Amino acid sequence: MNLVLFLEQTLNGLQLGVMLFLMAAGLTLVFGIMNLVNLAHGSLYMVGAYLATYFYQATGSFALGVLLGLSGTLVVGIVVELVALRTLYERDHLDQVLATFGLILFFNELIAILWGRSAIFATMPPELSGHVELIGGLRYPLYRLAIIVVGLAVACLLWYVVGRTRLGMLIRAGASNRTMVAALGVNIRLLYTVVFGFGAALAGLAGLMAGPIHVVQPGMGELVLIDVFVVIVIGGIGSIRGAFAAALIVGMVDTMGRAFLKPMLALVISPVAADTAGPALASMLIYLLMAAVLAVRPEGLFPSRGS
Amino acid sequence: MLVAIMLLLAAVPPIAALFAQPFYLDLLRRVMIFAIAAVSLNLILGYGGMVSFGHAAYLGIGAYAVGVLAYHGIDNGWLQWAVAIGASALVAAAIGSISVRTSGIYFIMITLAFTQMLYYLGISIEEYGGDDGMRLGVRSQFTGLIDLNDPTAFYYLVFAILVLFLYLTHRLVNSRFGLVLQAVRSNEARTRAIGFSPYPYRLAAFVISGAMCGLAGALLVNQTAYLTPEFMNWTRSGELMFMVILGGIATTAGPLLGAAALLLLEDVLQGSSLLPKWVNDHWQLYLGVILILVVLFARRGLAGLLPGRERND
Repeated sequence: MNLVLFLEQTLNGLQLGVMLFLMAAGLTLVFGIMNLVNLAHGSLYMVGAYLATYFYQATGSFALGVLLGLSGTLVVGIVVELVALRTLYERDHLDQVLATFGLILFFNELIAILWGRSAIFATMPPELSGHVELIGGLRYPLYRLAIIVVGLAVACLLWYVVGRTRLGMLIRAGASNRTMVAALGVNIRLLYTVVFGFGAALAGLAGLMAGPIHVVQPGMGELVLIDVFVVIVIGGIGSIRGAFAAALIVGMVDTMGRAFLKPMLALVISPVAADTAGPALASMLIYLLMAAVLAVRPEGLFPSRGS
Repeated sequence: MLVAIMLLLAAVPPIAALFAQPFYLDLLRRVMIFAIAAVSLNLILGYGGMVSFGHAAYLGIGAYAVGVLAYHGIDNGWLQWAVAIGASALVAAAIGSISVRTSGIYFIMITLAFTQMLYYLGISIEEYGGDDGMRLGVRSQFTGLIDLNDPTAFYYLVFAILVLFLYLTHRLVNSRFGLVLQAVRSNEARTRAIGFSPYPYRLAAFVISGAMCGLAGALLVNQTAYLTPEFMNWTRSGELMFMVILGGIATTAGPLLGAAALLLLEDVLQGSSLLPKWVNDHWQLYLGVILILVVLFARRGLAGLLPGRERND
């Protein structure tokens, strides 16, 4: 295991971590404030990726594609909240799970009608498609580096908005006691819509950045969604701080497991057995991590205060 | 009402034979196998209040137990099905011991995540077909007793198991054990106060439910004669949940009605020549909308439409 490879995988882990965080932040806020299980969060990720790719190809400008893709996802998120999810806040989790499961089927099929079932090709903007030379002869793709920077910037922005502004104060108050916030005269319905739209835009951002490095196809959101659930459970539901820490841990563990588990196992057991066990174990690693965390702390690493 | 449905199901094979429509025999056998799985889910979801979003895991384990044993040349049905039930119970005990301690959203997501873990495990084991799955060369052998290659015999076997499981769950939920389980669902604090510790009861129900679903998995792989990790896909878990809700949660007949309604609806949307082609092609779009509407407006499920017994609360 040489140092350059290790550094490269660390950056890959960081990149996966910030992507997971962008998804987890919106989802955990929606859980924390509206007490809503939203399985369709992955669909918003998919919508973001499709809209950005479509607008980038239509306009020829990456910046315009990103802008239109983001605002498009925001609008879709708000419409979904107003039409379908609003009536679900007072229902139990079972109804929420099923209704949002229905939304997933709906969105996957709608995307398939509009753009077809096979993957579409999302291109990187030429300005971001090269490599950069980092310390010690490590050449790293500029685009992935950009994702890390954007992700960390959004994390800082979220920290500022949630921790230091009036909107953030309302969000935190809503997470700890909804009824009291409503009784104090805050328009809680509007707050819900704003938070949901916000979360949708973050999911869309993750989706559109993931477009050029993963495949853009119907159902792409669900694969990420379950990893995001793992992140939220580890971090503690409703806690943005927890989501950030857990996203980085999960991103790192998953990447490192896939890169180094097989060679490390080969040192202990026979190489043939390691060939089989390595990938199997690597794909299970984050779930085992989740089980271990929950066995010690059933509420996650950073349980949010309040109810 | 339930008796009428069962009599109807029992009468299907002769009628299907009369009109030479073996397709319906196959479809209804599939419905009954999923009904068995839904009955097992209803035990913990309906009566126990545990929203398991990972019930497809046991379907997969049951199927893999049969498939893997057959792959290594062991065709004995008794052994295969015993291993399917035993393995499912073991895995349910492992998953349950962690997840049953939690509740609400945590429970939903943990059961989902563990099922996903098993799904990826199935994908990554190349020996047993990995992503593509593998064919079940020979159906489970019960020499001298019953031949599963005979569609009618297989149909009646599934039918008998379904009747048995409906009866067993009915007895179970009305026993002392079942009453404690339902008490925990309605008010955990009060149940503790009168001296019951919820954990062992909930865990036991979780394991029983997993074992029952494991047998459904063993039946399913015999039905399809093919096995893939898709058996454990999380959308399968969602479908099982939808069957229970659609039929009517915590009712005896509910899971059967729900399984029948969903699978027949899928079949009609997908293949009916009465519907226009654009519905057939994109049937999931319409299924999604129907699902949302059912959840929003038909809260008591199909069993709620039936005359007679109120929901077992």
